[in-house]
Amino acid sequence: MSEIKIQEKTSVSEHKMAVQVDDLTVAYNYKPVLWDIDLEIPEGVLMAIVGPNGAGKSTLIKAILGILKPIAGSVTIYGKPYDEQRKLVAYVPQKGSVDWDFPTTALDVVMMGTYGSLGWIKRPGLKEKKASLEALEKVGMLAFKNRQISQLSGGQQQRIFLARALVQDASIYFMDEPFQGVDATTEIAIINILKELRKAGKTVIVVHHDLQTVPEYFDWVTFLNVKKIATGPVKDIFNDDNLTKTYGINYKVSIQE
Amino acid sequence: MDIQEYFSLVINDYTLRTITLGTAILGGVTGMLGSFAVLRKQSLLGDAISHAALPGIAIAFLITGSKDTNTLLIGALISGLIGTFWIRGIVTKTHLKSDTALGLILSLFFGFGMLLLTFIEKQPNANQAGLDKYLFGQAATLVESDVWLMATVTGLCLLVLLFFWKEFKLFLFDADYAKTLGFNTKFIDILITSFIVLAIVLGLQTVGVVLMSAMLLAPAAAARQWTNSLSTMVFLAAVFGAVSGVLGTAISASQNNLSTGPVIVIVASVFVVFSFIFSPSRGLLFRQIRFIANRRDLELQKTLAFMYHIAETHDNISHPHTIKILNNFQGYTRKTLQKLVDKGYVTLDGTMWSLTEKGFETAANLYNQQAIKDE
Repeated sequence: MSEIKIQEKTSVSEHKMAVQVDDLTVAYNYKPVLWDIDLEIPEGVLMAIVGPNGAGKSTLIKAILGILKPIAGSVTIYGKPYDEQRKLVAYVPQKGSVDWDFPTTALDVVMMGTYGSLGWIKRPGLKEKKASLEALEKVGMLAFKNRQISQLSGGQQQRIFLARALVQDASIYFMDEPFQGVDATTEIAIINILKELRKAGKTVIVVHHDLQTVPEYFDWVTFLNVKKIATGPVKDIFNDDNLTKTYGINYKVSIQE
Repeated sequence: MDIQEYFSLVINDYTLRTITLGTAILGGVTGMLGSFAVLRKQSLLGDAISHAALPGIAIAFLITGSKDTNTLLIGALISGLIGTFWIRGIVTKTHLKSDTALGLILSLFFGFGMLLLTFIEKQPNANQAGLDKYLFGQAATLVESDVWLMATVTGLCLLVLLFFWKEFKLFLFDADYAKTLGFNTKFIDILITSFIVLAIVLGLQTVGVVLMSAMLLAPAAAARQWTNSLSTMVFLAAVFGAVSGVLGTAISASQNNLSTGPVIVIVASVFVVFSFIFSPSRGLLFRQIRFIANRRDLELQKTLAFMYHIAETHDNISHPHTIKILNNFQGYTRKTLQKLVDKGYVTLDGTMWSLTEKGFETAANLYNQQAIKDE
């Protein structure tokens, strides 16, 4: 029942809502990083989150995924809390968030994507290995499966992270700056995979920095600068007005009353 | 004393056997767990924990008045754990970086521990002597029950490792991602840290507060040099640690009872130095050799490419040119020219050189990353 209600409430009523964020506020100590965010992400969109440095883009994803604890607000995935919907969600963290000198191979990292569905203690078997190899092939990295991860280029490392998320076989993909520091070939390879995901009906949410490619790559966009500035179809809201609002003025949010 | 004699002594002599077994097991378990500390970039954690254990030993003695090892180690365990969780607390609740928190807790607890030790020394109590052995360790005081305790903890640690291997690996590599997959990272973290604390406390009697962290770090740092697989690294670290224990005991026993703990630590450090220099893939020596070899290859390639550009302008690629042309080119030396001749890329005729068919083709493919050394 509650799911139906949510659908009626939404502005884009022909779509099911993949992600719904209500009144989300996150702060590090006294400084709010996200302020009272309401966000609805319809199913099947390829969405960019844009905003200046420190706007809280990564924080938003991390709060949705439960990595960070918000001060207030709630997040639902297809109408239910994240904890119950984990298996529908995959995450591609920023490449720089891990130590690539860790002693492990490319295939091993991709296999980590299967750990969630395996649960505690159970080890990955043949089925998981096969799925991981397929994912490696999809990102064009099959030849590097036994390569130590520190011996991969930045673009290749990014593809490994992408493959790890693909293996999760989720419905919603969150990606934190997947295009950062990759060459043109990798960027095209990644965007093709993202478009394929959308074609398969998946929802993809990407923290993105390159404003020029937004209209080309994405069909949905959210402007964020501590507060949510705007969200909607790229063709309707990707304009100077919103860009100025997001990047031009320095939003200062104070929590003092 | 020769090696055979020593071995029979290890088997027959109770004290030596106990110490050898004890240091071997201790080296093994600390090496294993040290891998995790090193990979988490928490190398200092071991140092902080061992120093934090000191006041626990003193307080346990003050309360019970007993010098029984197990009683004192329980005190060490409690204060070690308190120190560890204070560090965690400081890191999560304040702006301070973890190295600051570690240093702070380390010196605070150690200072307090030293204070208590001097206080105890001044007490008119005949039973007091010997607490300061926990500073640098005294392997000779190991008894069979201590070894059993170490073996039990090591066995338990192995079991937990095998059970949660997948979770540990995921947590060590990418803790945030582990969280999104639904794993309780706090539980994994506490599990790993508790075992590290336990291993350190067990080693205090043998190696002591001050040097204990070396037992944790040295085998792991050495092992990392030899492998790119986590399981191999953990295994190697355990082996390095155990061998350091056995060798260290042997050296200290055969050299008029040098203090065992420091000798073990020095042996472990020798492993580290050796590994840093001689590891094939990461070692300094082979890296330097590869560097020199690459530079030589590049010089050859540069000369070959220069010749190629000259030869290109002629219909006959083997048209002879004078060697003098090459003098304009910095990469050229007699030696490189001779090497190119040896490889069959160039033929020499008096003061003239000419490119061969093979040399021409190789040069043409140079820009397609076709390195000469692939031949």
